[in-house]
This record gives sequence, structure tokens and C-alpha cells, in this order.
Amino acid sequence: MPIDWTHAGATVLAAFLASLVECVEALTVLLAVGATRGWRSALAGGAAGLLLLLLLVVLLGHALARIPLHGFQLVVGALLLLFGMRWLRKAVLRAAGVLALHDEEAIYQRKTQALRGQRGAGPGLDKLAFAVTFKSTMLEGLEVVFIVLAIGAGRVELLWPASLGALAALLLVAVLGAVVHRPLARVPENTLKFVVGVLLCAFGTYWAGEGMGYAWPGGDWAIPGVAGAFLAMAALCVPWCRRLASIGAQESAR
Amino acid sequence: MNGLRTVLAELWGLFVDDGRYALAIVGWLLLAWLVLPLLQLGGGWNAVVLAAGLLAILVESVLRRARH
Repeated sequence: MPIDWTHAGATVLAAFLASLVECVEALTVLLAVGATRGWRSALAGGAAGLLLLLLLVVLLGHALARIPLHGFQLVVGALLLLFGMRWLRKAVLRAAGVLALHDEEAIYQRKTQALRGQRGAGPGLDKLAFAVTFKSTMLEGLEVVFIVLAIGAGRVELLWPASLGALAALLLVAVLGAVVHRPLARVPENTLKFVVGVLLCAFGTYWAGEGMGYAWPGGDWAIPGVAGAFLAMAALCVPWCRRLASIGAQESAR
Repeated sequence: MNGLRTVLAELWGLFVDDGRYALAIVGWLLLAWLVLPLLQLGGGWNAVVLAAGLLAILVESVLRRARH
């Protein structure tokens, strides 16, 4: 089936941005482990995690292609909404200063300090370094796998553009990490999460509606329309939340 | 066993961190799926109402969190 670029463009963008956020977080842990415990075991753990994730994508991708479309779109839409609306809520609250921003540099310092406190590695594979990077790659990667499968799964031909977006983010972060050898603290993570949250909410709403059998005004063009509505509403909520939080802080100070 | 529990907890955490918010989303999806067809709105309005409800849930949740 030919790829519809109304969907594919947004799919690549959503998968790329979401994966960028997760890869930056995994890189911070990899750098902290590599710098304190040695690069061989840290990279081996990361590579093992990536291989397992790849296997998961291949297995699940094949299984998804066999499930009836309507019921599946509804389930995927609901999961995407739970996931995306959680991201967007958090991004709004962080932008408003209600929740603290994610700080890669601080996380890196905390990780390196904790790892320095551990017993030194013997000869051969450092089990601790391997386990920490494996776990971090797996956990951050699970989110990427879910996003790729979910935004691609509403139409199976979109799995490829979604995978390409995620792969591009992985390569970009790997190259940047190898060049700068520092956590990518200047990546505007909350802004990315805000944008990705909006895109995931738009896809989730669209797939859920399709799964329920509802016709969208404008067909596929409803996706940018729904994304615009989520973006506008979330952006409006930021100053509103900031004001409410400051009123709350003043009242509790009295 | 411990590893499996960690993976399951992580999977759960991907979708739910505020139980009330998650419940509102799932509840609204069920309501929109089961009740909207009975209203016979037609012309794409079911989809529009579905999206509007989700937007309202987002706004209510962030304002409630900011207030507390």
C-alpha cells in the first residue's frame, strides 16, 4: 500500500522527536557509567539493550500486522492517549514551573557519584556497568518502541516511517555523544516533550475516533487540526497554571 | 521475579502516573464510544466531541495540579 505523507510526515517527526528525548536520557546514563566504570562494559550493556529492543520491534511488528484494524486502532489510540496526555500534562506543568525541569547535567553528576561509591570492577566484563546501561537502554527504549509501534500501527505501512524517525534520532544522539562526550544538557527537553505530547495526543485521538468508526471532518487533515487544538489549549494552560501556582504559594506562605 | 516486577512497574508507569487523570481519559473514551452514537449527531460531530472531551480533561487536570 502506498504511504500517505499527511500521516507519514507527522509520524516521522513524532517518532524522531520522542526518540530524541529518550536517547538523550539513555546517553546520560551511558556516559556516566562509561566515565566511571569503563567504556567496554558500558557500551556492551547498551548494545545488548538495543538488540533486545530491535527483536521486540520485529516480533511485535509482525504480530500487529495480523490484528483486525478497527478494534486495534481503538486500543492503540487509547494507549497513545494515556501515554501522550501524561507527557503533555507533565510538559505543561514543567513549563509553568509547577514541576521541576529535567536536568541532564544534574542526573549525570548524581549517577557518576553513585557509581564511584561502588566497588571497583575486576578484570573482564564489569557486571554493574553492563547491568546499569542495559537497564537504562531497555527502559528508555521501551518508550521508543511503544511510540513507534503505536503511531505506526494505526496503519501498518506507517511502521517504516516511524522506525526511520526513531533510528535517525538514535544515530544523531550517538554521533553527538561520541563527539562532545558530555550529557546533552542543552537539548530543550521539555519543549520537545511538549511538542511530542501534542503529536501523540493528536494521533491517539485520531486513531481512537477511527477505531470507534467516527468520520473525521477533513479526513486525514484532521490530525494537524487536532494537534493545533491540543497545542493551543496546552499553551494557554501554561500561564494559567503559573498564576494558580503562585496564588497557592502566597496563600500557604500566609 | 524482581526484574519482571520492575519491567511491569515501568510499563504501568508509561501510561499512568495520576490515577484520576488516567481514569478520566479511559472513562471518556468508553462514554464517547458507547453513548455518542445514540445521540445521532452525524456529520463528523462525534469525532469533534471526542476531541473536545479529551481537551477538557487535560485542562482540568493541569489546573487541579497547579492549584495544589
